[in-house]
Amino acid sequence: MRLKRKDLLGIEELERDEIELLLSTAESFKEVSEREIKKVPTLRGRTIINLFYEASTRTRTSFEIAAKRMSADAINISVSTSSVVKGETLRDTAKNLEAMRPDCIVVRHSSSGTPRMLSRYLACPVVNAGDGAHEHPSQALLDLLTVKEKLGSTDGIKISIIGDITHSRVARSNIYGFTKMGAEVTVAGPPTMLPPGIEKLGCRATTSMEEAIRGADVLMMLRIQSERQAEPLFPSVREYSRLYGLDEAKLRAAKKDVLILHPGPINRGVEISPDIADGPYSLILDQVTNGVAVRMAIFYLLLGGVKEGLQEGVKA
Amino acid sequence: MKKVVLDDKAIDRALARIAHEIIERNKGTEKLVILGIPTRGYHLALRLQNKIEEIEGVHLPTGAVDATLYRDDLGIKKDQPSLKKMDIPISIDGKKIIMVDDVLFTGRTIRAAMNALMDFGRPLAIQLAVLVDRGHRELPIKADYVGKNIPTSMKEGVKVHLFETDGINEVVVEPAQEAKQG
Repeated sequence: MRLKRKDLLGIEELERDEIELLLSTAESFKEVSEREIKKVPTLRGRTIINLFYEASTRTRTSFEIAAKRMSADAINISVSTSSVVKGETLRDTAKNLEAMRPDCIVVRHSSSGTPRMLSRYLACPVVNAGDGAHEHPSQALLDLLTVKEKLGSTDGIKISIIGDITHSRVARSNIYGFTKMGAEVTVAGPPTMLPPGIEKLGCRATTSMEEAIRGADVLMMLRIQSERQAEPLFPSVREYSRLYGLDEAKLRAAKKDVLILHPGPINRGVEISPDIADGPYSLILDQVTNGVAVRMAIFYLLLGGVKEGLQEGVKA
Repeated sequence: MKKVVLDDKAIDRALARIAHEIIERNKGTEKLVILGIPTRGYHLALRLQNKIEEIEGVHLPTGAVDATLYRDDLGIKKDQPSLKKMDIPISIDGKKIIMVDDVLFTGRTIRAAMNALMDFGRPLAIQLAVLVDRGHRELPIKADYVGKNIPTSMKEGVKVHLFETDGINEVVVEPAQEAKQG
């Protein structure tokens, strides 16, 4: 089996069997991180560039660790220390990096569609590490893996994604991912954070927190993305927290073995109360652990096979 | 036209003999650990574990060593081989490892599996048990215990079918098909 594509740009274009392949491969990779010597020679001599135009701790570190555990050489470029500050365009930066013959470029950018644009210029695989409010495919894959591990399957489960849906690439990738994998997805948040027409992606939308919580097997809390909100979308953090923050009182309406996810970074006391974030239902740190395995699987499946045919569709 | 070279009974007898040989050669079962190469090598490892328990009354630690991540053909094959399970039940430091696979062919899988094992520790020794040795080695690797030597041409395929994975116990030789990885 192989992925039917050169790049990983989003979950939207993946077929269910490709998602399943990524997840089963990631399950096998988890074992490598449990070893005393956490390294396999699989991608020896390959070079992976992490090109990050936005702040990141988890995702960047996770991609870097994944590359290193497979013996690839990982190079991190963050915009603040690059020639971007000297006025170089994204395309020029990418073409120059490609001239150094990397085997894969992982990119995060605040503009939706950046990875797709780069994938047209670059012969090497491009992995989307989050683009604007569009997609964050590796996050959705690690969320799927985390839920699948706990519940055995994602078929028929109910998941509610709660928070700033409008600005969330995590929400979009997860709506695609979980619906493709047979789950029932509900998105919830204040009306200002629910994009009109979101139901077209195959999910239900509600402004009622209680409705989102009741009956759900999984609750995914999202961070308020103040950096993407041109104007504030709610009157005050306190009000948001009171209405849509997950705390002990609201959790009483939930199933008793509900699972709680959060892509991080968490804002304690805003969208999730500290006792819940650290509580027994929280899988937040399992998500982080699974993130490394998922990214190893992405590299394995994108870089593992022969390179023939990759030149097609490349316009320099 | 496929030819059955080992049937259910013959496979069972071969494994029983290998179990005896392992015990004889190692003068008992001390320090032995059985590790099969998934998928079928792992099931053969479990069968050997049972046979040895029947003979000596000792339940040997048994697991799986997946060689996929250590293969030398990952950039050559069109499809990436799917990962199998790695299950090393105890520390292998100072242990005698009985590595088990279904078919020994080029020797490249065994090379990869040995590299994988070395990442988990320093075994005292590694011995190799295979159900079928079909020849055509490309590396200086030799089995210590062989169920049956089956001389083949490169064009033939050797398939091991086990009840656990295929619903039947048999080894067949199929003419002129793509050579199986070994």
